[in-house]
Amino acid sequence: MSIVFTAILALLGLAIVFGILLGFAAVRFKVEGNPIVDQIDSLLPQTQCGQCGHPGCRPYAEGIAAGEEINKCPPGGEATIQALADLLDVEAPALDAEHGEEKPKTVAVIREDECIGCTKCIQACPIDAILGSAKHMHTVIASECTGCDLCVEPCPVDCIDMVPVDNGLAAWHWDAPKPLNIIATDSASYHGAESV
Amino acid sequence: MTMQEIIPTCSVDIFDFHGGIHPEEHKTDSNQQPIRLLGLPPKLILPLKQHIGAASKLHVEVGQKVLKGQKLADADGPFSVALHAPTSGSVVAIDDQLIAHPSGQTDCCISLIPDGEDKWCELHPCEDYQQLSASEIQTKVSEAGIAGMGGAGFPTAIKLAPSNLTNIDTLILNAAECEPYITADDRLLQERAGDVVAGLDILIQVLGVHQCLIGIEDNKPEAIQALRKALAGKNIRLCVMPTKYPSGGEKQLIKLLTNKEVPSGRIPADIGIVCQNVATVAAIYRAVRFGEPLISRVTTLTGEQIAERGNVEVLLGTPIDWMLKQVNYQSAKVERLIMGGPMMGFTLLHSDVPVVKTTNCILAPGPKELPLAPPAQACIRCGLCADACPAELLPQQLYWFSRAEEYEKAEHHNLFDCIECGACSYVCPSAIPLVQYYRHSKGMIKQQRENQLKSDQARERFEARQQRLERELAEKAAKRKQRAEAAAKAQAAKLAEAEKEPNPAVNSVPKAVIQEAIDRVSAKQTLAAEKVDLAELKLAWDKAQAKLDKMFDALDDAKANNPEQVDKLKRAVEKNQMRVNQAKTAWQKAEKEQLSQESALSQTNSAEIAQASVAKGKEKPDLAALALALEKAQSKLVKMEDALAQAADDQKEKLTRAVDKNKVRVEAAKETLEEAKQQANIDSRDQADGGKS
Repeated sequence: MSIVFTAILALLGLAIVFGILLGFAAVRFKVEGNPIVDQIDSLLPQTQCGQCGHPGCRPYAEGIAAGEEINKCPPGGEATIQALADLLDVEAPALDAEHGEEKPKTVAVIREDECIGCTKCIQACPIDAILGSAKHMHTVIASECTGCDLCVEPCPVDCIDMVPVDNGLAAWHWDAPKPLNIIATDSASYHGAESV
Repeated sequence: MTMQEIIPTCSVDIFDFHGGIHPEEHKTDSNQQPIRLLGLPPKLILPLKQHIGAASKLHVEVGQKVLKGQKLADADGPFSVALHAPTSGSVVAIDDQLIAHPSGQTDCCISLIPDGEDKWCELHPCEDYQQLSASEIQTKVSEAGIAGMGGAGFPTAIKLAPSNLTNIDTLILNAAECEPYITADDRLLQERAGDVVAGLDILIQVLGVHQCLIGIEDNKPEAIQALRKALAGKNIRLCVMPTKYPSGGEKQLIKLLTNKEVPSGRIPADIGIVCQNVATVAAIYRAVRFGEPLISRVTTLTGEQIAERGNVEVLLGTPIDWMLKQVNYQSAKVERLIMGGPMMGFTLLHSDVPVVKTTNCILAPGPKELPLAPPAQACIRCGLCADACPAELLPQQLYWFSRAEEYEKAEHHNLFDCIECGACSYVCPSAIPLVQYYRHSKGMIKQQRENQLKSDQARERFEARQQRLERELAEKAAKRKQRAEAAAKAQAAKLAEAEKEPNPAVNSVPKAVIQEAIDRVSAKQTLAAEKVDLAELKLAWDKAQAKLDKMFDALDDAKANNPEQVDKLKRAVEKNQMRVNQAKTAWQKAEKEQLSQESALSQTNSAEIAQASVAKGKEKPDLAALALALEKAQSKLVKMEDALAQAADDQKEKLTRAVDKNKVRVEAAKETLEEAKQQANIDSRDQADGGKS
């Protein structure tokens, strides 16, 4: 009988010790907020364009954390979807065309002689990348512009263009080699080599 | 073996690095003839960026005449070098031109048309340069626009900057020139070993090192001989290494000569070593001793398509097609020009690009000499690439990761330690363009890093903006609250004052004025009383009745939906009922009076009519004044609305209130005017009636 009691007491003792430990850990190492949201947010392109239907990247990150689809971000494109799929350990779906297509990076440019200085684009810019004041010409800080095109629609005189980014030589890098052809004679470069 | 019999290797041990290959050398194609001077080309094109780092800052204008050696562009920050005119002439254009770059893109260049005089600007030679301080020499090197001439184009002055000189104990002269075909350094050493050694002396002095090594491959016996002669009596060790590609790689050379390894992601200076290229050291000597800036360089022109292979001293900016014409270049059926060597060079997409500070070789291979790579086949996992890799990487793993675009994994496998020497591609039996994969992956990773940086920046800005908007809202709310409180206080104070003094306003206005006003009002009242109008009274009654009806509706509504309001409404209805009754009785009374007046009016004499017309005349200016007031009020309102449209956010609220007030005023003015007009109409009708009667 005493053996049974000893066992129960021992288990009880262990339970108390571990309970206290766990309770302490729960208080001491409590994580504020949802860390997965931060991780998702860091993968999103931060254009703050709202094409996903959320007012910014962080709200979409919160949406994804709550179980939303990960293919609603056209500026991020396939790369972002892949990164999100890797992070969340899910299959990477194709980009949802409903929210737009993946386009080359653009930057907003104000045709400055047409600008009437209405400040509407300044209010629309989610990252304060447009400079100017009432009745004075506005201009876009190109290095800060994310190309979200939110400023285009409010402009009453349509003087904002979205121009593809061209960083010239600084942004150039080598192309990927052409995929290899298993059958040599199918390859275009093989014919090229022959003719040389 | 015969080579080693002729040239005894130096006493120091030569170590070995991992991997490496032995491609055909082709050195004798071009190292047998002395360096030729190529003349003045018809035009020089000088890119502003011929080095690693920031582009040089323009110092000249279009149309300006410049002398040989005159500065065309300044160094823009420490990570940049200056640019000088290679000959005298005039600047004809500063615009985007094709440059020697694997992308075949354009960049900003200065175009210079030589005047043929080749007249030097004033130079500052220094005979006793041994007396110069380290910083003086560094300034001279920086002013001379010298960048690493071995191919990388690293600004040389940075390597000599005092802040980077702590712990430097070894200087290595890289004379390996391991890449096949290229013999520019070989030839330079054969002919100008004295310059090179003098340059080394300067560097030893600046760096304060106690060990100086020269690493040279044993396939350059003449250069070794020349060096030996020049080194006589100097404390510089000549280390002859067995020929193996890529022994000229900086990290490989350091391993060969000192058996030290440069840690991943670090530079040789971190382990106390500075490496310099042969041509760079010679240029440093010319800059310090003679004050000559870097305006020309020795370049190897070789390959089967070139008849007169050899080395030429060529002005920077010389178009390559012009240069090739001078050495009897026969364009092949498929023209293919390579800048640099066959291992690490790149194919030029245009032959009219200029020679720059890093152009050590132009290779024009024949079709059989350097055939295009056969089509790539599948990797058979033979592992030859890993054996050949001088950086001790796993090229095969890197290949898989690069192909699958798993850049993160490639980075973990030290992709960025790859020196892109091409040894792996050279040995690959499947002819896979491995280096091309690595270059692409490196580019993608760099781009991703930049994107990440940019998106972090955007996030920061977005969050800052959100905070600002919230703060502004809170500030606005606080202000509104403050204002409401202030208004309430003022109201209370006013009420209290009003209680204390029954009529404070009267006291403050002169009595005469008040009396006058009272007189005016009473006069008006008497006038109005004379013309109490039936129609007006009827209107008032109708209005009151309509209001009452509305109130009844509201009451019903309130009964159904809002029981709290019912009491209030009931009281209001009662009041209104009273008003309606009053209006009704007033009207009835007036009607009776009118009837009696009509009979009286028929007997009114002409004097009375005159009197009435006088009264009317008095009224008329009133009407005009009212119209004017209305106009004024309206124009003010318009102005205010304009102001509101332009106002900043914080002013908007104020202005909106002001506009509302003004609107009320305008309405009031309109009403008064309408009333006055009606009155006037009635008057005139009365008059007409009077006239008729």
